[in-house]
Amino acid sequence: MDVVALSRLQFAITSMFHFIFVPLTLGLSILVAFMETRYVRTGNELYKEMTKFWGKLFLINFALGVVTGITLEFQFGMNWAEYSRYVGDIFGAPLAIEATLAFFLESVFIGVWIFGWDKVSKTFHAVSIWIVALATNLSALWILLANGWMQKPVGFVLRNGRAEMVDFMAMVTNPYGLMKFAHTIVSGYVLAGFFVLGVSAWHLLRKNRPDFFGKSFRIGAVFAVAAILMVVLTGDYSAVLVAKHQPAKFAAMESVWETRKGAGINIFVIPDPKRECNLVEGPCIPNLLSYLAFHTPDGEIKGLKAFPVEDRPPVTPTFISFRIMVGLGFLMLLLAAVSLVKSLRGTLERHPLFLRLLVYAIPIPYIANQLGWLVAEVGRQPWIVYGVLRTSDAVSKSINATQVVISLAGFTLLYGFLGFLDVYLLTKYARKGPEQTAPAVVPAAKEV
Amino acid sequence: MELQVTWFVLWGVLWAVYFMLDGFVLGAGMLHRYLGSNEAERRVIINTFGPVWDGNEVWLITAGGATFAAFPTTYALMFSYLYTALLLLLFALIVRGVSFEFRGKLENDRWKGAWDTAIMVCSFLPALLFGVAFGNIFRGLPMDASGYQGSFFFLLNPFGLLTGALFVFLFLVHGALYLSAKTDGDLSDRALATANRLWPFLLVIAAAFLVAAYPATGLYGNYLDTPALLTLPLLAVAALVSIRVFTARNNVLASFAASCVTIVLVVATGVTGLFPNLIPSSLDPAYSLTIFNSSSSQYTLRIMTVVALIFVPIVIAYKVWVYRVFRAKVTTQEVMGDEHAY
Ligand code: HDD
Ligand code: HEM
Ligand code: HEM
Repeated sequence: MDVVALSRLQFAITSMFHFIFVPLTLGLSILVAFMETRYVRTGNELYKEMTKFWGKLFLINFALGVVTGITLEFQFGMNWAEYSRYVGDIFGAPLAIEATLAFFLESVFIGVWIFGWDKVSKTFHAVSIWIVALATNLSALWILLANGWMQKPVGFVLRNGRAEMVDFMAMVTNPYGLMKFAHTIVSGYVLAGFFVLGVSAWHLLRKNRPDFFGKSFRIGAVFAVAAILMVVLTGDYSAVLVAKHQPAKFAAMESVWETRKGAGINIFVIPDPKRECNLVEGPCIPNLLSYLAFHTPDGEIKGLKAFPVEDRPPVTPTFISFRIMVGLGFLMLLLAAVSLVKSLRGTLERHPLFLRLLVYAIPIPYIANQLGWLVAEVGRQPWIVYGVLRTSDAVSKSINATQVVISLAGFTLLYGFLGFLDVYLLTKYARKGPEQTAPAVVPAAKEV
Repeated sequence: MELQVTWFVLWGVLWAVYFMLDGFVLGAGMLHRYLGSNEAERRVIINTFGPVWDGNEVWLITAGGATFAAFPTTYALMFSYLYTALLLLLFALIVRGVSFEFRGKLENDRWKGAWDTAIMVCSFLPALLFGVAFGNIFRGLPMDASGYQGSFFFLLNPFGLLTGALFVFLFLVHGALYLSAKTDGDLSDRALATANRLWPFLLVIAAAFLVAAYPATGLYGNYLDTPALLTLPLLAVAALVSIRVFTARNNVLASFAASCVTIVLVVATGVTGLFPNLIPSSLDPAYSLTIFNSSSSQYTLRIMTVVALIFVPIVIAYKVWVYRVFRAKVTTQEVMGDEHAY
């Protein structure tokens, strides 16, 4: 492999690894803040226990989110120097702003929250986790505005041999970036909701602290239902913007080869990029695709053949990732809705099979999140900045393949090891359940 | 003042603050295994900087981000030229950050011992690498029309290593003083004694650096042009000496403050010598990266200036507030009885 391919692989591995931890941070920070607020408002010790138990899991996850973020920030310069030089005038700003506005808040107040239980007032302690939650979401906003700019560049001119910013507000209000922000954070909330549901279900199955996990389950279910509805809504709007601004990606997402008015969606498709057609397709729901893309039944969908071969993204991975993401989205909608209904009716313990299903469902939103990024990033290829700069022109000139092979191997080993430890610790502390601070009201029916 | 100059100053300030703040975490981390003679003391040491280390590291991220936004060409070339050194730095910072969180999560001596070693190694490496990197930037990198002519091992030249040693010892003394100020009893005394023992080495290395910089770098150029600037290095030396004066009087806080000032002035000295270069070329000055030929457009610099003027003071305000909240000494009883501590 050459430097470009290796650097792409390394960027994919390191950013996808970062994004294992990010969505849980985005969502769980809000849930923990909510629990602690309930504790401050009601004085109910149960909420304090909940804050501590979910907070501990939050922190184990948070640590890896923090350390893997620095890699990404450095990598733009290390591996993508030509990119950084060419678009730094406009792309560097949101990154620097993210650090100044969000990372400082996040890192300072997480310290207050971890170590400040006896040093600041009860109310302020709860406020500090709200600040952390706000700041993580704020950091997502700026990084996604940056990424949104790569997908739909706005507010710049080509001058002095590079892209120069002429309109900051255009970047900040870029609909593509704001849409990405909305879709990505609610995907994080879904993930956190399913995490809480799955861990609670595991304990409910074993009849550990039903009061504690019943309530956690309820909170997780409400959150997950609300978030997954938002995911579907924002996802639909994402697709509209993709169709408008990145027609080649849209065609790849649905594996459409021929340009067509009033296009339908085929339930089952196997793309055949070599022969530029689909090996298998059907049954077809007429006009649906045109409707989804343009919200009119006979909008014209550009097929892949309308683009020169060198401007087409890899079709199969984009298509499969998109299909599975959407499929998992509807699956989770169902699971979350059933969870909420059963929890409200108080009939959870009568459905051990469903509870077990929820434990196995923990990885589902993780997979959907990763696939979403694959759609967005692989579908953007061969461009690194859509229509402006090609990925192959973006790589650093001064690095050689050996260097990148070494760094790639290093990241893979180190991340593999840290990821393994993280999952081990999360599982251990998730299974351990809440620490008993006050004498238990409920007889703890623990089996060995 | 031109915006490029403003951003050059800010760039220097960001690095100075970063080294001042993360410097004591790196120093305390290097000393952690050595000064912490038992589990309780080791936990105390980690908890002295527990609430603040991440906030301190963010100054590095901001320094990187500011380089990207204000001097994108320098960001691009510096980071890709120093690829392997930065890679090592990243690995060390990643492991260091994780070890604080993971260390206490299993009650197992081998687990803890392994993370303790990790903390030591991964605090030493960044200190050394930052020094080596800055030493080489002071010297100039071999850049010409066809790009970068060096390699990782090229960076390990005597002057680079000397600057590396300077950073290591600056941070060791800084960290020892921090620990002495933040702990009590025997641990605090031993930390102070360690600082005193390390200080003469620091003095010698600093003197060697000032002498070697004359033939090895162009740093003195600006000082010879404007001798008034020489107050900076002179003050730096004075601050360095006052560290020892204060420890002799057992005034640890004043001594730590002097150490903070020393670090800031050392960075100021180096950066002032560099101006207006960000990375000089050791082959031909025509290929040096300066604040003028590698900067962003005036428009971007203006936006970033507004952002910095509004938000950096706010950041400083709440950081000062947090240091006040956690100003108390960290004690064994407190740490061992606290389920939330590291
Ligand atoms: C949608 C959200 C999102 C996305 C797409 C990214 N990040 Fe991230 N990042 C976060 C959301 C986030 C976060 C949730 O805010 C984290 C995780 C844990 C934390 O402390 O903050 C974080 C941490 C984090 C840190 C460490 C901050 C610290 O030390 O406190 C850095 C330097 C970055 N990120 C940089 C990046 C870069 C350069 C990215 C793109 C290539 C990126 N992140 C993608
Ligand atoms: C954390 C969420 C993210 C994930 C999981 C992700 C995933 C990926 C993947 C899989 C690739 C490789 C695509 C390919 O080579 O075919 C890639 C490339 C890239 N992405 Fe992202 N990405 C994320 C966020 C971002 C953000 C926020 C930015 C910009 C601020 C960004 C900038 C890039 C760049 C510079 C490349 C390298 C060039 C390329 O291969 O396209 N990514 N990313
Ligand atoms: C159910 C219907 C869904 C639809 C219609 C949908 C639609 C989309 C589209 C069109 C993109 C590509 C945007 C681009 O290329 O810029 C995308 C990306 C993404 N999706 Fe989805 N999605 C759905 C469900 C989900 C689910 C369930 C998750 C995870 C829980 C998820 C997570 C993501 C993420 C993380 C991205 C990358 C960030 C972004 O581009 O916004 N999506 N989605």
